[in-house]
Amino acid sequence: MTSPTSTTTLPRIGILGAGHVGPAIGRVAIEAGYPVSIAGSGDPAKIALITQILVPGAKADWPAQVAAEADIVILAIPLHKFNTFDPSLVAGKVVVDLMNYWAPIDGTQQLFEDPRYGSSEIVQRHLSGSRVVKSFNHAGYHEIEAERRPAGSPDRLALGVAGDDRKAVELVAALVENIGYDAVLLDSLHEGRILEPGGPVFGASLTKEQFAQVLTEKTAA
Amino acid sequence: MNDSPSLRTGFPLTFGLDTFGDVHSDENGTLNSHAQTIRNIVEQGVLADSVGIDFFGIGEHHTDDYPLSAGDLVLSAIAAQTRKIHLGSAVTVLSSDDPVRVFQRYSTLNALSSGRVEVILGRGSSIDSFPLFGYDLSDYEVLFEEKSELFAELLKGSPVTWTGTTRAALKDQDVVPHLEAESFPTWIGVGGSPQSVVRAARHGYNLILAIIGGSPARFQPFSNLYLEALEHFERPAQPIGVHSMGHVAATDEQAQEEFWPRYLAVMKHVSRTRGFAIPTPESFKHEIGPHGAIYVGSPETVARKIAANLRVLHASRFQLKFGMTGLAHTAVMNNIELYGTKVIPLVREILGSES
Repeated sequence: MTSPTSTTTLPRIGILGAGHVGPAIGRVAIEAGYPVSIAGSGDPAKIALITQILVPGAKADWPAQVAAEADIVILAIPLHKFNTFDPSLVAGKVVVDLMNYWAPIDGTQQLFEDPRYGSSEIVQRHLSGSRVVKSFNHAGYHEIEAERRPAGSPDRLALGVAGDDRKAVELVAALVENIGYDAVLLDSLHEGRILEPGGPVFGASLTKEQFAQVLTEKTAA
Repeated sequence: MNDSPSLRTGFPLTFGLDTFGDVHSDENGTLNSHAQTIRNIVEQGVLADSVGIDFFGIGEHHTDDYPLSAGDLVLSAIAAQTRKIHLGSAVTVLSSDDPVRVFQRYSTLNALSSGRVEVILGRGSSIDSFPLFGYDLSDYEVLFEEKSELFAELLKGSPVTWTGTTRAALKDQDVVPHLEAESFPTWIGVGGSPQSVVRAARHGYNLILAIIGGSPARFQPFSNLYLEALEHFERPAQPIGVHSMGHVAATDEQAQEEFWPRYLAVMKHVSRTRGFAIPTPESFKHEIGPHGAIYVGSPETVARKIAANLRVLHASRFQLKFGMTGLAHTAVMNNIELYGTKVIPLVREILGSES
């Protein structure tokens, strides 16, 4: 596998989770030129095959190592495991939260049963030392590779990027753009609630214009 | 030339039908009762056998629109009226069942059917059985890992010794009825979890890729992972299968007209419980086209798509999830007949002529 020449200029992506979502994001990030590390639940030997076949070019490592070296941490663990996730692992990091809470699928998770907050706001409160950005959650992980388009393509789809820290949001927005999607920036995690299951964006495959239309309608309503 | 499925994995092509126990409607458009639905499934299984289909699978579900909670009983009724067709689960939700009981039931069915049982283990895409039987979905991984390990032990035959955290340990336990010959084929159904792919290879299970949306070709890395993992665990090659939904009628137009309104109704229902967007006519066109996951059309259209995807996924088994909820019973029976008499011979012809 040849390394893209631009790896030195792009931030390192650290993926925590080698399940459905982690390898899918890792693969497209590598193809966009990002250096990528990935961790499963522990010993990297356990995900060596998965990494080699599904995320060729990525470095499999221990979770702590992956988090420590990353500029952007992608939290790709099952939501029901979040309540046992150690916040110190990602303290000081930009953390992309692509998890969704939907009780009929996940079962009722008490931590996320707070109608005042979106799921990513709850994640941010838990990871108080990190800068949480909500993105990628509303697109099917299995479509993330097939739906990529070069910038300017008429059928290029948009992904929402929501966060309370502008710099963190911009870092993740650049990742979204480089992978092959238009980034639609939302000014806070609270606004990011529009990306959640049951909302108008979730699973909807919208272009930037269609996305803007949804936001306008939402504001007008 | 050298990527035809039989050449890549060395297994003969086989074709199945899967049902989740979808409730269909009678000739007046009235939804059938649960009891009538179950009796109709027996009729469907018997027809499948008579038109040369290799496998008939019943997916465990526990809901009003899929009242098929005891599929093995339905399969035994089909077994009594058929001679050739293989019968099995698609899937057995092993995590919320007892592997010993699952083995006992299917070993019994294997005796009744003279060795025609296959079992597919998995989670399925529904979680109804977890609260019903008092399991916590958060324990899903440990439940499935331990129970698939125990089931692999049971398939080796008695005596069985096993220790774990999710059920009582077994020590030199005789589990009956004993298998008559070698163990029945057992598959793990996978929806997108690479760990499940590796687990299937580690325990020596066959692999079924459940592809319910998007491009089937994106699953090719999972087939590669499975084949590599089998080598890694020094296991012999094992077959790969594909499970997807669809509907066959005489023409593309007829198949779409019959299927689309039922699919839309089901997806509207599913979108309420899962938060997904409702499909549009455009997204449906895409799903039934060459880059989508749904097999709807004339025998020629469906056969071409099956052949193309078996090839790209190194698969030798295709299982069509037929009979979308709300379809008319007559349309469902017509689908089974066309699948057996037209689609399967066409796929064999397409793939046979390439190898």
